[in-house]
Amino acid sequence: MAIALDSVVQLVQLLLVLALAPLLTGYVRRVKARLLRRQGPPLIQPYRDLYRLLRKEVVLAHTASWVFRVAPYLIFATTWVAAALVPTFASGLVFSYAADMIVIVALLGSARFMLALAGLDVGTSFGGIGSSREMMIASLAEPAMLMVVFTLSLLAGSTQLSSIAAFMQGPGIGLRVSLALALVGLIMVALAENARIPVDNPATHLELTMVHEAMILEYSGRHLALIEAASYLKLLLYLSVVACVFVPLGIAEAGQGPTAYLAALAVYVAKLAAGGFLLAVFETAIAKMRVFRVSDFLGAALMLGFLATLLLFVSRVA
Amino acid sequence: MALEALLWCVAALLGTSVAAVAAARHRAASAPVYGVALCASSAAMLVAGWSLVTAGPLASALLLPVGLPWLGAHFRLDALAAFFLLVVNLGGATASLYGLGYGRHEEAPARVLPFFPAFLAGMNLVVLADDAFTFLFTWEFMSLSSWALVMAHHRRPGNAAAGYIYLLMASFGTLALLLAFGLLAGPAGGYAFDAIRDSAPSASVSGTVLALALVGAGSKAGLVPLHVWLPLAHPAAPSHVSALMSGVMTKVAVYGFVRVVFDLLGEPSWWWGALVPFLGGVTAVMGVLYALMEHDLKRLLAYHTVENIGIIFIGLGLALAFQANDMQGAAALALTAALFHVFNHSVFKSLLFFGAGAVLVRTGERDMEHLGGLIQRMPYTAFAFLIGSAAISALPPFNGFVSEWLTFQAILLSPALPQWSLKFLVPAIGALLALSAALAAACFVKAFGVTFLGRPRSQVARDATEADAWSLAAMFVLVALCLVAGILPGYFIDALSPVTQALVGAHVPRQEERSWLMIVPIAESRSSYNGLLLFAFIALAALSATYVIHRWASAATRRSPPWDCGFPDASPLTQYTAGSFSQPIRKVFGSVVFRAREEVHIPAPGDAGPRRFHVSLRDVPWDVLYVPTASFVNFTARHLNKVQFLTIRAYLSLVFAALVVLLIVLAIWQ
Amino acid sequence: MDQLALDVAHMFAGGLVLVSFMLLYQDRMTGIVNIFALHALVVSLSVAWQAYIQHAPHLYITAAIALVVKAIVIPVALHRIIVRLGIHRTIEPVVGIGLTMLAGIGLVALSIMVMLPITAEAGTLAREDLAFALSVILLGLLMMISRRNAVSQVIGFMSIENGLILAATGAKGMPLVVEISVAFSILIALIVIGIFLFRIRERFDSVDIHLLHEHRGEQP
Repeated sequence: MAIALDSVVQLVQLLLVLALAPLLTGYVRRVKARLLRRQGPPLIQPYRDLYRLLRKEVVLAHTASWVFRVAPYLIFATTWVAAALVPTFASGLVFSYAADMIVIVALLGSARFMLALAGLDVGTSFGGIGSSREMMIASLAEPAMLMVVFTLSLLAGSTQLSSIAAFMQGPGIGLRVSLALALVGLIMVALAENARIPVDNPATHLELTMVHEAMILEYSGRHLALIEAASYLKLLLYLSVVACVFVPLGIAEAGQGPTAYLAALAVYVAKLAAGGFLLAVFETAIAKMRVFRVSDFLGAALMLGFLATLLLFVSRVA
Repeated sequence: MALEALLWCVAALLGTSVAAVAAARHRAASAPVYGVALCASSAAMLVAGWSLVTAGPLASALLLPVGLPWLGAHFRLDALAAFFLLVVNLGGATASLYGLGYGRHEEAPARVLPFFPAFLAGMNLVVLADDAFTFLFTWEFMSLSSWALVMAHHRRPGNAAAGYIYLLMASFGTLALLLAFGLLAGPAGGYAFDAIRDSAPSASVSGTVLALALVGAGSKAGLVPLHVWLPLAHPAAPSHVSALMSGVMTKVAVYGFVRVVFDLLGEPSWWWGALVPFLGGVTAVMGVLYALMEHDLKRLLAYHTVENIGIIFIGLGLALAFQANDMQGAAALALTAALFHVFNHSVFKSLLFFGAGAVLVRTGERDMEHLGGLIQRMPYTAFAFLIGSAAISALPPFNGFVSEWLTFQAILLSPALPQWSLKFLVPAIGALLALSAALAAACFVKAFGVTFLGRPRSQVARDATEADAWSLAAMFVLVALCLVAGILPGYFIDALSPVTQALVGAHVPRQEERSWLMIVPIAESRSSYNGLLLFAFIALAALSATYVIHRWASAATRRSPPWDCGFPDASPLTQYTAGSFSQPIRKVFGSVVFRAREEVHIPAPGDAGPRRFHVSLRDVPWDVLYVPTASFVNFTARHLNKVQFLTIRAYLSLVFAALVVLLIVLAIWQ
Repeated sequence: MDQLALDVAHMFAGGLVLVSFMLLYQDRMTGIVNIFALHALVVSLSVAWQAYIQHAPHLYITAAIALVVKAIVIPVALHRIIVRLGIHRTIEPVVGIGLTMLAGIGLVALSIMVMLPITAEAGTLAREDLAFALSVILLGLLMMISRRNAVSQVIGFMSIENGLILAATGAKGMPLVVEISVAFSILIALIVIGIFLFRIRERFDSVDIHLLHEHRGEQP
């Protein structure tokens, strides 16, 4: 019986992340527009975009293979599963012990692998640009993320996100330098992975500035809808990770009952709103870097993560 | 019992090899040779697997009255040997299966058929050997038979040079191992491994033996900077032999290292646990960076082998570090991770080489820049290569991810190590491992994307057809293994526990009792992974999304020319090439590691000459280590050559001088 | 409370190392001066916190000096020098930012490896502050040698002094007179360097070290 109830809660989380993701992106876009003194699209515009795209027919290039057709489903599935593994309103859910933070990073890597292949599939130069730049960014962002994961795991004694969240809520933390460095590194990686300014511009289709958009240039219809949904989910995932690790107050333990869950859900939505607002302010405040400066940026993130791990290796004795 | 069965399989392979010398001229000789090799390898694999899985202190030994008269030939089957025999014969069986189809296209069967079973036999014997002489003899036999296979197409440009360098490095490695065994046997001269196990060498002797084993086994495995022969020799051989050399022979070298260092040497010192992971980390990153700069498909795969050997040595080194500090459980975890990666790598590297071989046979091209669009023409090969690429890039739910995950867990246990330099080195190695994993994914996006996806860049790519059934069967067996080992890793980890128990005295907790087939390598509160559930969830999510969308949204599809931002271009030359794909990474990493420089020569406006784009790379180990050594050897040889051309009087004076010197020495020594 | 005090001090020291890395990462002149102002601000906050937890009121004056002189006066002066000299260029590092930052990490590891075993008897706070202070000093030196530009060398030199202040306050006990003399000497050094920069600029129309190097030495 308990297993059945836990599975229901896990299913609720699975559907919740899918439902909230487009809302988060709509909110970020609206805040950005307001900061630029524009009206901005309505908050539910991403839902409308998805609905519109899902109903349209797919236009496939003659040279597109089955990889092109299957990739959106796999990208969406892996990103959705990864997003469902991050504790949002409750930690310690049934599924969360099947995979830890390293698995989440690797699942996002799978999604990126399929996306890069889809970019190369049609045989145009735009897809190639996006794929090669994306793999360069990933070759630095993924190790930086793994170093941040190492830092958190060394502190918490576990790679499970639920255990890390529980540890962060506990008393034994204090303010640690490694955590601050890990936070900065995580934010830099999140900006790069979600194709946000200063790494990539999600609102433009110019060749000079595209990375993510270049890979999905040939997609249309329901395929494009799935890929857009996957990118919304990815943003939600990263914000949830930052929220559950660095601002863990208000996360309910598994099995605490529906009232606790609802309260934790309200706290979670508030955290997402705050995070989205800060993201929008940051994106509006700075300019995009040129592509080869991104490697310096992510190299700095890797160094920060490495430094954080190094300091932890050292000061555990001191 | 099992040992005798294995030796009979080896005898069958040797017999086939002898028979093939005579029969190779016949047209239909390849099928029976590969068939017998397949049967013998499969039998050996089953015997080895069965003896590994049935627990119990299996260590049966045998003494054959061949070889040196006072020594004989000792053979032994213990858990470590059983595991490596499983790996070797799995590779051998799949390569023979592949060869049944591929061998029909062989242009010089008389040069390949006799040596292929001999190579398999040699590898099996190395793993079974239980004394130094048998080990070295079979090691050389393995090297020579693979050298003969590398030289099979010796008229092709570059193959003769590749064979020569291979022979040099193999001899150098054997010399190092000879010295290592000499030191181990000590003044008493006990060359049997049992005698060596009982003797306890001093710390300085152990350290020297470790260094010699690293050089000897490491050069065969491909540790930087001893890797230079690998990307030359592996691609030169026929494709199923390349798969064996890359996927299996490098593992035999790893076996040699494990046997000498973990079994024969006894207690490790802590600095071994600093040196070996450091070499492993450097090898991993250098290997994948080399691979990213390559456009030849088989050379890319050979360089990738170097990277994975680096990952294996990282695990082995961590095991040494933990063992030196009496942390047996952690050592068992690191060793399990390394050995699991040995198995995984042999599986997916063989798969990738089979795919590359199929492409080579069908198109005659190894250069990715002339391929493309093969997914429509060779769909099954493309699918198998895709699974292999995903597995080698450590993507869940395949097997490559599980061994990398276990290695990361071992790295996360290392803050407990007391030595300061280890405290700093291990996070650096973790960063290097993460970097190499990310770069490997980039490399295989390039390899698969440029070769199979896109539009064909040449006529041979347009005319390619699917590979034959035997090759496809071999590839799909390995595809299934990649998935099974990724989804059900618990069984494989349990199979490795007798090996680690024998070597470090502990084993990872048994996984078979875990619920839902989860693996928990250390403790439940710490980390856990469930490949099956993950795979099921991903499949469920993808299938339900497909069903929901196709049922309630839209399933319509229409074909059209590519959008390409409104710039349709009929020429396939406008799509991204391998060089352009790796250009950002070459700019970021290669400008530091390889001194990569790009020169663009654009003629003046109005000049109809071509624009030229020139990339120059420098291979630092080659320029710094090998070229000076070679020139030094040439210099010495040139000057010593003068001794050949002296007059008779000069020779007599030399004899006289030698006599006088010896008498003086005798006088002083009295 | 004690743990919190330790952690906050630790946070400031680590923050100083982080800002030193940010100095290494910058490639614009104005950016370097602004980040240096942040560097001085973090040092003054750190010294003020040390004054609070060590109950040493004279350190408040040190903090105030650091804040006023180094976080406000000197950056404003440097901005004006930059405007007067007319240089707004980017600063090229000698070996590339990635390698420079990798060297920086190596230096941090080195200073930790040196400092922590040596000071095994001292208190935790002092040990870690000393290790971080040595890192800041080494990173300042790295900045001086890895840039081609005279202004960035000046900034590197001053960040070394910030590291020294961190070390001195962390080790409990830096008399005010030492701080005043050190601060004044830094100010004088800055004035002298500023004058020299003007002269160099007048003479050679540039402050690029590489160019200057070619002009030194014998006249043909």
